[in-house]
Amino acid sequence: MYAMREAAAAFRRAPLLTGLSAAMVGLALYVVGLFGLAAYNLELALSAIEERVEVVVYLRDDARQSEIDLVLTELAEMPEVRSVRFVSKREALERARVELDEFGEIFSSLEEGNPLPQSLEVELRPGARTPDVVRAVSEVATAYPFVEDARYGREWVDKLFALRRIGAATTAVLGSAFALVAALIIGTALRIAVFARREEIYVMRLVGAKKGFIRRPFLLEGATAGLLGGLAAWAATYATYEGVYELLFEVAWIPPSWVALGLGAGVLFGAMASALAIRRHLGEI
Amino acid sequence: MIKLTRVSKQYPKRGYALRDVSLHLKKGEFAFLTGHSGSGKSTTMRLVHMDDRPTEGEVRVTGYSSQRVGERDIWKVRRRVGFVFQDFRLLPGRTAFENVAFVLEVTDTPSKQVAPKAQRLLAQVGLSTMAGAYVHELSGGEQQRVAIARALANDPFVLLADEPTGNLDDRATRGVMELFWDINAKGMAVLMATHDLELVRRYPHARVFELDHGSLVYDSEVAGLPG
Repeated sequence: MYAMREAAAAFRRAPLLTGLSAAMVGLALYVVGLFGLAAYNLELALSAIEERVEVVVYLRDDARQSEIDLVLTELAEMPEVRSVRFVSKREALERARVELDEFGEIFSSLEEGNPLPQSLEVELRPGARTPDVVRAVSEVATAYPFVEDARYGREWVDKLFALRRIGAATTAVLGSAFALVAALIIGTALRIAVFARREEIYVMRLVGAKKGFIRRPFLLEGATAGLLGGLAAWAATYATYEGVYELLFEVAWIPPSWVALGLGAGVLFGAMASALAIRRHLGEI
Repeated sequence: MIKLTRVSKQYPKRGYALRDVSLHLKKGEFAFLTGHSGSGKSTTMRLVHMDDRPTEGEVRVTGYSSQRVGERDIWKVRRRVGFVFQDFRLLPGRTAFENVAFVLEVTDTPSKQVAPKAQRLLAQVGLSTMAGAYVHELSGGEQQRVAIARALANDPFVLLADEPTGNLDDRATRGVMELFWDINAKGMAVLMATHDLELVRRYPHARVFELDHGSLVYDSEVAGLPG
């Protein structure tokens, strides 16, 4: 009760200082929020491309149905494989006709001697669309003599995964750097807020207030500044998202769990920064 | 009440601030702790308040020993010892009443008792009509009275005062000294550090300890007042 009243009184007594602390926390978290927005959209774009990673196993024209069933079953039983679909020569031609409309006449003339091969389209599970897995799947398939070839666009997959690795490393390094800078800014802001009330802390220690009792209003104040800053950062990030969406290009809004995580981090950072800042002053007397 | 037994305090850079000091302030006693600047008066006060621990020896304050009381329990000692400073150390931006009530609030006084007790304490130091005045609106003497009311908030056994009249004119000094004697008359021990020997001579019935270069060189209970 006292802790809440004192925390509220601190806001009342020094609204500018408390407002500035919350604003600094907000700005720090806004930068993290913007980075999160960019990282999330990059992840979405890469995932969309990655979903198209599949292995196409081309079968010889003389492959028997029992042989096709054999390779299909073995591939389907691999844990990394989500589904295997057989595409007959006729279906391949139909598809080509639809997808390559401008060559419709040529395809019509090929109905008798269809040159397109029958194939198996191997779709991989999410998380298994890596160069190693597609290589392993294609090696299993090409071991059969009635398999002509297995294609998965090696260069394309390698590049995609190189890009993914760069993306992950950049996210980790920049994300950590932004989080660290945010933590430092929040720490400094709340240290100033605690410093401004060092006389109160001194008097409390002087007259025999318990340490936990002294700490509580400051922790509450730090957490509140963190929450207010977090809410401000959320609002600013959302406004930026809306602006980009309306004026520049289509982007996705970050998941609610990320927003909750950001707010939680604001509260936690605020409380922790206050706890650290007050430790110095508690030791003074 | 307060007992220092062969207490020494050594600082890494400064060397000995106190050397082998033993003194005993009894219950209800009024004593001056005198000496020149740097003689060890403030160090003694800090040790009694347990803001610091002796390098050697033992400080006992109302049953608590510096050798045994842990950081977690320091607050128990502080509630038994009121402290008044030369520079008052009141909270600016708060009224006299708020300064006293603040102490009561942070030391577990039931909320219903805070206001009446703060008023009573201010009345005790003669400031009942100034309760609503902000610190900057009070004179030096009045500020020191608020500081004394604050020091009395926990009903301590002993009042420590470190050069409490150092920033006051003669009239305010006399008022504050009268207040200390009133408080002492009600049974509370008072230990007042001062370098002002003129002031000490005005109260010949008080006990006097004198420090010099960190050593206790005089105790009036043992010998007469120094010339």
